[in-house]
Amino acid sequence: MKWFKKGRWRQSSSLVFQLIETFWGGEEKDLPHSGEKPSLPKSLRGKRTLARWKESAIKAFFFTNGVLAIIVLIGIFAILLYTAVPAFKEIPLKEFFGNKIWDPTSPEKAQYGLLSMIVSTMICTAGALLLAIPIGLGVAAYLSDVAHWRVREIVKPIVEILAGIPSVVTGFLGIVLFGPVIAKIFHTGHGLNAVNGSFLLAIMALPTIISISEDSLSAVPTAYTEASLALGGSRWQTLVRVKIPAALSGIIASFMLGMGRAIGETMTVLMATGNARSFPHGFLESVRTMTANIAIELGEVPYYTTHYYALFAIGLVLFIMTFIVNLIADVILNKYQQREL
Amino acid sequence: MKKKKVVQFIGFLLLRMCLYTVLAILLLFLYDIGKKGGGAISWEFLSQPPRRGMTQGGIFPAIVGTFVVTIVTAVLAIPLGMFAAIYLNEYAKQSRLTRIIRLAIRNLSGVPSIVYGLFGVILFVNILKFGTSILSAGLTLGLLTLPWTITASEEALKTIPNSYREGSLALGATKWQSIRTNVLPYAIPGMLTGTVLGLARAAGETAPILFTGAAFYLPYLPKSLSDQFMALPYHLYIMATQHHAIQQVRPLAYGTALVLIVLVLGLNMTAIVIRFRLRRKRRW
Repeated sequence: MKWFKKGRWRQSSSLVFQLIETFWGGEEKDLPHSGEKPSLPKSLRGKRTLARWKESAIKAFFFTNGVLAIIVLIGIFAILLYTAVPAFKEIPLKEFFGNKIWDPTSPEKAQYGLLSMIVSTMICTAGALLLAIPIGLGVAAYLSDVAHWRVREIVKPIVEILAGIPSVVTGFLGIVLFGPVIAKIFHTGHGLNAVNGSFLLAIMALPTIISISEDSLSAVPTAYTEASLALGGSRWQTLVRVKIPAALSGIIASFMLGMGRAIGETMTVLMATGNARSFPHGFLESVRTMTANIAIELGEVPYYTTHYYALFAIGLVLFIMTFIVNLIADVILNKYQQREL
Repeated sequence: MKKKKVVQFIGFLLLRMCLYTVLAILLLFLYDIGKKGGGAISWEFLSQPPRRGMTQGGIFPAIVGTFVVTIVTAVLAIPLGMFAAIYLNEYAKQSRLTRIIRLAIRNLSGVPSIVYGLFGVILFVNILKFGTSILSAGLTLGLLTLPWTITASEEALKTIPNSYREGSLALGATKWQSIRTNVLPYAIPGMLTGTVLGLARAAGETAPILFTGAAFYLPYLPKSLSDQFMALPYHLYIMATQHHAIQQVRPLAYGTALVLIVLVLGLNMTAIVIRFRLRRKRRW
């Protein structure tokens, strides 16, 4: 509750107040020398009010667009919740999160157990981070500390290009390019398994990790590095013992954002992990993640059945998971910005 | 002393290897698709609809579909993104509400694309009764792009120095007049560049359009916004995993992937080059 302690609450004590201020607030409180208002000749006064009205209307218009982001975010949550609730009337929470078997179309007894899919998502995400964290941090450190600035100018757009490759293309390459290689290395029948998914997700998480880690490494003040170098530390020692610890919060935030991306990615895992519904026991098994399950089943399911609602319940779980991960990243990043390195 | 240097040498070498790994992967991607997809590209491939159960013919309807749906996306996302950015950069004060808005934007960009798809199914397809159509898919993609366009537009607005606004305000112009005449003309090229980057990503997305309008196969081109459509990314997904003769259509799938990647990266590259030029030209 920092905003409260600092007394900023006076400016924005409540949302309602804020709204009123936005719609009727013609005055610019920010300007330091507003002073007394010049009195206008009578003939102009009417015009001035009209202009003010116009200004307020314009401001209100932009304000509406500004709060749209909040409305959309809440709207997504509300709609997912609303559509998922009927599922929880039929399926006990204990079964939903504790049962390993997802078999909604079974004629005897339909089962809605999410556990296998949650574990599959976790396995793929963990594998992706295992690959992407060292490489991503390495590239970020190289760009911020070792590379010539010209190399940096060239590599940064290239990383952006990597981020721009559509996920469906990455998934396609997982099938045709990496699948056979993985099958050969690990002697499995086909290469569509969690390893393949992890590898592709790592590639998709890399741009996020690289760019945010690089930003936070570059934001470390030169005084820190200079002090370390002056004490006789080598550039490597400075990087490992001074810069990386100083930028750690930003680096960890980049890992979290990369993780959020890996959890929510659909097309690559749908195409490259094989989509077996069984409970996974290792990286070499074919897995079906939560996102892939929605993509596979939503097209075939009859509307307004328990199965249909259950798919939205999976969506809700996904939304909440990524929301928490992103929120943690956000809190870490904000803390780091306030410390003003 | 010697040991320190050796450690540093090895350390920097490792970092360099990391960079080379990433570059090698990217090159491998582009090379593989370019080489195997290049063989499939012909005028017929680009201008004909698929024939004989999609084992022959081209991808023309998919190109048109992706193009049309991206226009719908742009129509929704560009103005909304710009207006929101104008509010955040020009009007918003340092308040709790502003911080919540920014938090919402950052979180929106982290929402999984399939979740946007679910949202689109309920809101656009069911509640607003647009059905599975170009309109539903375009609007869903528009919402997905919104956080990117807002952020990019705000970045562009931030580069306009305050003296531009103050000069105009000091001459007696109202806030909106100052923004309209002294800020927007200089910011709009930058705003558009950022938005194009967002649109490029939207054009390559598959998960949000799976259930909001993309069709497996359509022999004709969409005639109105309420028609279903074929899209390049969805077509690639079908050709890669759902087709009955997967090995036989591999060249076509490679060709589709190449067209998609050229389209998306072309848009990306244009935006990056324009941005680079803008940065160079501007010296305020």
